[in-house]
Order: sequence, then C-alpha cells, then structure tokens
Amino acid sequence: MTATALPLIPLRPARRMVELTIDGETVQAPEGSTILDACRHQGKEIPTLCYLDTLHPVNVCRACVVEVEGSRVLVPSCSRPVEAGMVVKTDSERVRHSRKMVLEFLASSVDLSTTPDVAGWLEDYGARPERYGPPAPPAPPGFRDSLQPGHHAPPDPDYAATVIQPVKVDNELYVRDYGKCILCYKCVEACGKDYQNTYALTVAGRGFDARISTEFAVQLPESACVYCGNCIAVCPTGALMFKSERDHRDAGTWDESRQTVTDTICPYCGVGCTLELHVQDNEIVKVTSPLDHDITRGNLCIKGRFGWRYVQNRPPDARGNGRGGDGRPRGSA
Amino acid sequence: MDLHLMDAVATEEEREALDQFLGAPESGWEGGLRDARDAHTAEGGHEARAQRHLLLPALQAIQSRIGWLSEGALNYVCQRLTVPPADAYGVATFYALLSTVPRPRRVLHVCDDIACRCKGAAELCEQLERTVGPAYHHGPEGDHVAFGENDAVWLRSPCLGLCDQAPAAFVTVAGAKPVERLFGHADLAGLQRLVAGELAASLEPRGRLPQAGDPSLRLLRRVDVIDPTSLDEYRAHGGYESLRTALRLGPEGVIREVTDAKLMGRGGAAFPTGRKWEAVARQPARPHYLICNADESEPGTFKDRVIMEGDPFSLIEAMTIAGFATGCEQGFIYIRGEYPLATERLQHAIDTARARSLLGEDVMGHGFRFDIEIRRGGGAYICGEETAVFNSIEGLRGEPRNKPPFPVQVGVFGKPTLINNVETLVNVVEILRIGGPAYAAIGTPGSTGPRLFCLCGDVTRPGVYEVPFGTTLRQMLDLAGGVAGGRQLQAVLLGGAAGLFVRPDELDMPLTFEGTRAAQATLGSGVIMAFDDRVNMVDILLRIAAFFRDESCGQCVPCRVGTVRQEEALHRILAGRPRGGMDGEAALLEEIGVAMKDASICGLGQTAYSAVESAIKRLHLFNGARPA
Repeated sequence: MTATALPLIPLRPARRMVELTIDGETVQAPEGSTILDACRHQGKEIPTLCYLDTLHPVNVCRACVVEVEGSRVLVPSCSRPVEAGMVVKTDSERVRHSRKMVLEFLASSVDLSTTPDVAGWLEDYGARPERYGPPAPPAPPGFRDSLQPGHHAPPDPDYAATVIQPVKVDNELYVRDYGKCILCYKCVEACGKDYQNTYALTVAGRGFDARISTEFAVQLPESACVYCGNCIAVCPTGALMFKSERDHRDAGTWDESRQTVTDTICPYCGVGCTLELHVQDNEIVKVTSPLDHDITRGNLCIKGRFGWRYVQNRPPDARGNGRGGDGRPRGSA
Repeated sequence: MDLHLMDAVATEEEREALDQFLGAPESGWEGGLRDARDAHTAEGGHEARAQRHLLLPALQAIQSRIGWLSEGALNYVCQRLTVPPADAYGVATFYALLSTVPRPRRVLHVCDDIACRCKGAAELCEQLERTVGPAYHHGPEGDHVAFGENDAVWLRSPCLGLCDQAPAAFVTVAGAKPVERLFGHADLAGLQRLVAGELAASLEPRGRLPQAGDPSLRLLRRVDVIDPTSLDEYRAHGGYESLRTALRLGPEGVIREVTDAKLMGRGGAAFPTGRKWEAVARQPARPHYLICNADESEPGTFKDRVIMEGDPFSLIEAMTIAGFATGCEQGFIYIRGEYPLATERLQHAIDTARARSLLGEDVMGHGFRFDIEIRRGGGAYICGEETAVFNSIEGLRGEPRNKPPFPVQVGVFGKPTLINNVETLVNVVEILRIGGPAYAAIGTPGSTGPRLFCLCGDVTRPGVYEVPFGTTLRQMLDLAGGVAGGRQLQAVLLGGAAGLFVRPDELDMPLTFEGTRAAQATLGSGVIMAFDDRVNMVDILLRIAAFFRDESCGQCVPCRVGTVRQEEALHRILAGRPRGGMDGEAALLEEIGVAMKDASICGLGQTAYSAVESAIKRLHLFNGARPA
C-alpha cells in the first residue's frame, strides 16, 4: 500500500469568487462580500456615512447607493452582497442625483462642520443645501427630546427645519452635540448589540423628530452609560466628542497639525489593548484604538479611553496653558 | 447584557396592570419581593431576553390601564422582560398611541385626514379648539403635569379607517376596564360630550355594507348577513368547507390551486401569492411563521376592517389554510390599534375556533397543529410595511428592514415567514371553494378574481364595494351613487396617500393591475376617494405631505428629511413665497421626490412623492392661478 499525501486543508476554505460588472468593467469579488467591498477593491470612491468596517451595516444614510440592473430602486452598496452576473453602476445620473440629495438633506438640516470629507462630497456632487432656505433658529434645550409621535406643528415657510440644538454637557468625559447628529445609528450599535452590550443609547421618537436618546432623555450619569467611549470612536460627524477635544475647539486651540499620535499598550489590565494617544502641546487630548486592531476593533473601556489624566498630573505652572493639573480650566470646580 | 434599571418605582396600579398581563413575578430578579433565595440564584440569559417580543403588548397593557407610561412603569416593564430601559423608551416613543408623557385617562383622537377633511374634519377640529381648548401638547417644560380622574384631552389623528362614516373619532378611556371605541359621523356636540365623559350618547350605528346580501358577492357575501360572532352561522353559510377541501388536497394541492387562480397580493405590491406560498413552503429552516397584515393604515382604506368586523371567521379559516399549505404552526394577526371592534371579533373567533378544534393541537382531527395570536399595533402607519411588522412583533422599533433577505427567507424571529394582507387571505377561501381555474376566469387575464374597493370622500354612498377586476373607475363611482349632491368631480385619489390623483377625464380607466399600470396609475390598497369641486386640493395635498412626515420612521435620510423638505416647499407655495417661483418649487419637489423614490429603504419613502407628483403633473394644480 502506497502512502498518498493528504491534501492540506487551509484554515479557512477559500471563498468562491463571483463575477460581476461594475461600471462596464468585469470584476471578480469573493462571494459574500458587498458591492462596496468590490468597488473599494477596484479603487472606486463611494461616499459613506453610516458605514464602518467594524459595525453591522444599517444602510440608513443612503450616501452609498448604486444602481443595480433589474432593481426598481437604488441599492445600498454597503450591505448588498455581490451576486454573479450583477451589473452595477456607481456613477450614473440616477446615483449622482440621489447622493446629491442625501448630502443636501443632511447639510441643510445638520451641522456638518466637523464631519470629515463631507465638504468635498458636497462640491463633487454639486449639492446646494442653501436652496431649502435659511436654517431655522436652534431649538431650545430639551425641545427635541420632548417631541411626541403624531401630528407635528406646521412648518414655517421662511425657514428650513434643522436638528440644531444646544450641546449636551453633563459629564467630564464627553459631550453630545446632537445638532451634528445625522442619525447613523453607529453609536447605538456600538453601545448595544455590536460591541458594548450596555444599551444606554437608543433612537427615540419618529421621523424627523427621531433622535439619539437615553431612557426618558436622562443625563448620562443617570443612564446606563459606562463611559467606554466606543460611541465617540464610531461617530462620523463629531456629534460625540471628547470633552477635552471640545474644550480645545471652543477655545480655538484645536490644531490637528500640531498633534502627534503615539501608539502604546493600555497599562490597566492584561488584555493588552493598543492605545493611540493623540497629543497636542505635550498634552493628551484624546485616545483612540485602531479599527483594524485584532483585539480592540477600535473599542476600549473607560480606563483606556479616559483614564490618562494621571499621565499629565503636573504642577499647574509647568504647562503654562492656563489649565490646572487635572486638565480643567483653572478655577473651575 | 448588563441591565441597568432606573431608580423610578412603579405605582401599585402600574404593577397590577402589567402583572395582569404577564402573571405575578416569580422572583426578586423579575421585580417581585426579594427573598433569601434570590441571593443565591440569578436570572438572565437567553430565556430572559427571549421575552423581548412581549414588550409592545406589555407597554400597551399599562397604557390602557393608566393612560400613559411613567418612568416607574417603564422601569417595571424592563425589569420583568429583561429589556434595557433605553431600548424600551425607544420603542415606546415610536408609537403614537403610547405616551411617555402624562396624559389623562380619557383621550379623544379626532381624525383630520383626507377623507374626513372632505366632510369638514378640519373645521370640526377648529371648533373643538375654540370650545374645548387646543389639541393636547406636552412641551418640554410640563414634566410633572398631574391629571384628575375625570380629565380629558383631544388630539388630531391620522386616518382611523372609518372613512365611510367620516368624520371619524377614536376614544380611549384607560382604566381597569378600558374603553376603546371608534365613532363615525362625528359632530361638535357629540365630540364635546365625549370629552365631557359621556360615551353612549355619541354612539352612532355602524355603517352598513352597501351591497349587503347581493348574491354575486364572493368575499363579502356573509358581511352584514350573518352574526359575526356565531361560528354556527358561519358554517351554515359555507364556512370551513374550504379548509376541509384544503386538508383533502394537501399542502401542495392548495398551493397549486392558489397558483392556478393567479391570485395577486392585495396589500399594494401585487406580488403573485402562489409563488410566495411556494417559496415559504420550500424553506428548509423551521419553524415557519404566518402573519396576517391587518395594519390597514393607508388613508382612505377600510376594507380589511369591514371583513374583520363582519366576517372574522373567514380570516381565521383562510389563515388556517395558509398555515397548512406553507408549514406554519404559529400565525399572527398584526392589527392596527385603532380597530378595537375588529380585534374583539377576531379574538372571539379565534377562541371559538380553538374550542371547536378548528385551531390548536389537532385541527379538524387531521393531526395538523396551528394557532393564531393577535398583536395590536400602536399607532404607526409604517408598521404596515411587511418587514416593519416583523420588528414590531419582535418588540423592536417598527423600522422596515433592508431587503434582501426577503421575508420568505428571513422574516419574523429570523425565520421563513409568509405575510399576506387580510383581503389576499380571504380570497383563498373563495379559491378553494370554486377551484383555482374557475377563480382565474373571474376578472381579466392579468388581474383575476374579485377586488374590494374603498369608496369614500364626496360620493353618495361611501363604503366597501366588491366587483370583479376590470370594472372601470366610472362604473365604481356610479356604483357608489356618483358624486354626492350631483356636484362636479374635481379629482379622484386612487390607492390612498401613497397612490395618486387622476382627473375626471380619466374615469374610463379599467381598475386592473395592467389597466392602471398602462395609465401610469396604481390600485394600491383599493382606495377610490372622490373630491368634488368645492374641495381645496392644496389643503388635501398639504395633509398628505404632513402625513408622510408624521409617519416616516426616520431611519433613512431620503425619507426622514425629504418628507420635511417636500412639506416645506408646499407651504412656501401656499404662503405665496415660492423660492425661485412656481417653476422653481415644482422642479425642487421633483428632485426631492425622485431621491425619495430611488433611495429610500421602504415603500413609505418610495411613494411619499407619488400624490404630490400627480397633483402637479396630472391635475396641473400649481399651473395658472396661484393658490389662495
């Protein structure tokens, strides 16, 4: 009996490739991947807002829509798996129109001033958010949280409705500026089923009045929030922001060109999460973790995310930036 | 999950309301009295979390007892069902019939939607404002409002499905014996009495089916003929013969008959029913679920209510047949919360059928197990969207899901699900009665069988009418006695708010799937709403735009913001301050509408521009004279 070599079994079976057409080009993509994956592999730029590699796609922003032959409506490329023989158009007139409108709708109703890339997209797609009229004055505090489903007040024909409202500052670690919220559901997913399993955040209300909220809109310290900050890490618009970053921005001293990013390992426990310390003027201003990190997938806990004040616990005068040793402006409680 | 509850404590009455629905808590973990045992046990895990689907009924149990959901009440629900309070709050704030702010026990919902507007509902609301006070509004400042036992408020409501008896109102009185009633032909005096606390005084007789007893009727033949609470009368009028036939034919035989009948879904999408059934039957994953979509909320639609109130057993029989054919053991009827009488009649029918072994462990002694549970909606039009129904039943916010995967593969609880509209299902009873080929001979080759139409607005005899497919729009209007008072017809809204307007010169359009498609129209849910020459069409259009804004779930950007921008543009036109002139606004509306149609997740956003578009392009509403 002759010994036959057993075939080597790879750890993960190779995925079958499917052939599809994207903008007239025949391309191969692994079965189960999305149209967005296939497009990005081809080097095609598709704008996305609610999509993140590490989160389950919710396909709500509709910025990534593409045209698929045989489909009555446009399809979200971020969540639609590729199929053999699919004919996809990523830059047709129909696609460009819907993307333009999505960008206009958002830019005319939300403060996108801290959303990366969006200014370029608005220009690329010829969006003119100003054509809906001047933005309505900001809502008073708590107003949007009080809105009930059902009939709404008739619109004011002189203004375009917005979600602009006062920023919520109810703790020392991060702020919530829901005037910048595009309702991408990322924070809800990161807080709940996708990562943290804390479920402190939800979408409350309906339609244009829908908003990210805690139970009965209570302040964060009263809610289930554990301050892992994983919602900040996934927020695409800066609606959720480190208080340290927000304070700098409000003071006009936020300058990313002066910042360095230092990789280190979190000193608190044995998991070994990679921390990226964003440092400006020898002061840690925020902490992130790489999205593609095997252990964290971008997530941290309160210690890794916020427990770094001791690093810069120095006599007040040593920094000369007007801040006390605890990082707060001098004289504040 | 690390369940973090609030500190608020439920009142005795709130606890009692929930315990009545869920049973008394078994341990301190579930909110019962803590004892020594609790220190050594823990409850949680999949079993505890699997109760999530009870969230909406649990919230409704408290709402109907107390009148609103306090922090303590919500907290207790969360403790009992192992649901995070934020999640429960997100669900509670999704439904208009639930309130997370104080409301008195007595609430009057007055319909001011399109059909009721034709009958003066807007003026009625204004009169209520002047005499009773403004519609209830709970602002951010009024968190600790306390209401007395006999206080009452009123609210404006979207379509209540009583368009044949417009103007309509819906009254809810919370308490140990909650009262929920729909009222038709509402007038100011009657509404004032309702607010003041009288119930019986305003009770109007129910509308009668205009064609009642007509021997040519198939789907409606028992409505207003038999006692809807009597199984014996139902059986004496041919009831349960079709189920017997189905059991004889076997599942495949039933699907073949339905396929041969060429039955198309009546909910609006007109999908071939036989194909859907076959797809579910073939799914290897188990269990399969059956859902009857009775969340009839399309403005102007009330046909399903008429069937459920007038012939509830036919729906139960139809669902049993569908369950048998597609391998489902559990069926749900998802019925809108504004239909208390239909809910009561269906529950009675289910209980009676179960008692007679027509439902349950051994249906008709055939060894087939099937049962039905009723789930009530909470006041959300979007929950009529098939995938939103799934989320609502599962205890999530009623947000539509992205398709694919389709319901036949991944539906409610992630399992293969057959979901059909009420009218579609009751057609199956008729198909098995006369056979698929005979059924296919009714109507036209492309649209087989009988069809129900909801005639409302300015017609002489509003109501549900059953005709074979192929009847023209003109014939339908004539059947309902033409335009009321012999006035001039201005326009007809076909298919509801998600449908479109047609002109008086288009009345020869045959009402078939192919006929309406050729005329670039739609049958939708079978609404035919007539407007006479006195109706201010701009007002109607504004209401439709407001409706979509109110009812958008808010999930996707094109619909969430597009419905707002559409309404704003119409208001600018109405105010006489169009941006870029009338042409500019019309072009902008078109751009908004195309994006909503192309890029929205579900049918709500995809059709939110339909009526506006037809008003501009078919009725030429904004051409010529600027609206006053």
